[in-house]
Amino acid sequence: MNAVAFSRALEQVTQVRGVRGAMLVSGQDGLVVAEQLMEGLRGPAVAALAASLSSRLGRAMGAAGLGVGQFWHLQCEGGALLVVPAASGLLVVAVADPEVNVGLVRLELLRAAEVAR
Amino acid sequence: MADDVKALSAELAGDPQSLVFLRLGEVLRQRRQLDAAVRVAMHGLERHPHLADAHDLYARILADQRDFERAFDEWDMTLRIAPEHVGALKGLAFLYFTVGDLAQAERHLEAARAVTPDDPSIEQAFVMIRGGGAPPVRIEPGAVAEPVPALPEARVFAGLEGANEGLLLLDAAGLVLGGALRSPGGDDVGEPVAAYLAGVSQEAARTAKLLELGEWRGVAAEGPGGHIYLTQPTEGTMLLVVRERSVPLGRLAMLAQRAGQAARRWLERQR
Repeated sequence: MNAVAFSRALEQVTQVRGVRGAMLVSGQDGLVVAEQLMEGLRGPAVAALAASLSSRLGRAMGAAGLGVGQFWHLQCEGGALLVVPAASGLLVVAVADPEVNVGLVRLELLRAAEVAR
Repeated sequence: MADDVKALSAELAGDPQSLVFLRLGEVLRQRRQLDAAVRVAMHGLERHPHLADAHDLYARILADQRDFERAFDEWDMTLRIAPEHVGALKGLAFLYFTVGDLAQAERHLEAARAVTPDDPSIEQAFVMIRGGGAPPVRIEPGAVAEPVPALPEARVFAGLEGANEGLLLLDAAGLVLGGALRSPGGDDVGEPVAAYLAGVSQEAARTAKLLELGEWRGVAAEGPGGHIYLTQPTEGTMLLVVRERSVPLGRLAMLAQRAGQAARRWLERQR
């Protein structure tokens, strides 16, 4: 997998209306692998928190017998953070406005996760 | 009564589009033939999906089956179609009363009284609500009051679907405060799951702050074995809703909202 393919995958995510940015993050250490973020978004910090949240949710879901998390969505007053874990251990992350079409973003994140597997 | 069912069934068979399903469904419900009543209500809803009375009928049957969540949805739908539907207003008042939200119960009864000021069942219901402590009484559209068992105070989610296997209230440190969670295999997994969720609310808040997204409202997640929704009913507590995969994440958010109300009431009572 190369940087161009990562970049293309993220570009597809950011083309959904309302998406402010997308990143590939290492799920293990929370480091940014690739990013396409709007100016002002602090990629490394967001990546670290996304990885930490993902890890906690993943362990909780595993303990509940629900299997490995496939998608999660932090809903906030002013927007959302959406994450799809890829098989490789990478996380595909999107930051979006509140009125974004979550279903559409989810689909694009799943596609990007296929690229990052 | 049996003749009524026979005659109404024959009438419906002769004209499947007929609204006679409303009477037939209600007769079956009153006879406690709830499975048959559901079939009739579904038959009617398939043909008349925008008929408020059809949703109200289905809601009453669901309430009789103690499927309060779906009854809530159906009465909610009834009011979207007909905002002054007295049956739905009284039905929702009953459901709010059941979960201990007396303010909402009164609000819905007030709305019902504004539409039908002479309905004696509404006054009875007000007396009961304001009296407090009395067992909940079903507020029927036909002014028939039917007692249902009192709810055990100790159970935070009493009366809500999934109270015994898919609703968990925990504190920020990951300790279980109430509710229960079972894995698809039936194991009690409340404590380990709660422990893993310790700190999630702080991290969600930090993430939201970092991204300037305001307050966080919930975290929805899907897995191959089911869906979860996590929210914060009060500062320092978290509520986890778990359902099988066929339940959409959006519905989980609604369930969480209702369970959150019950949790807040329960927490207030513990003080």
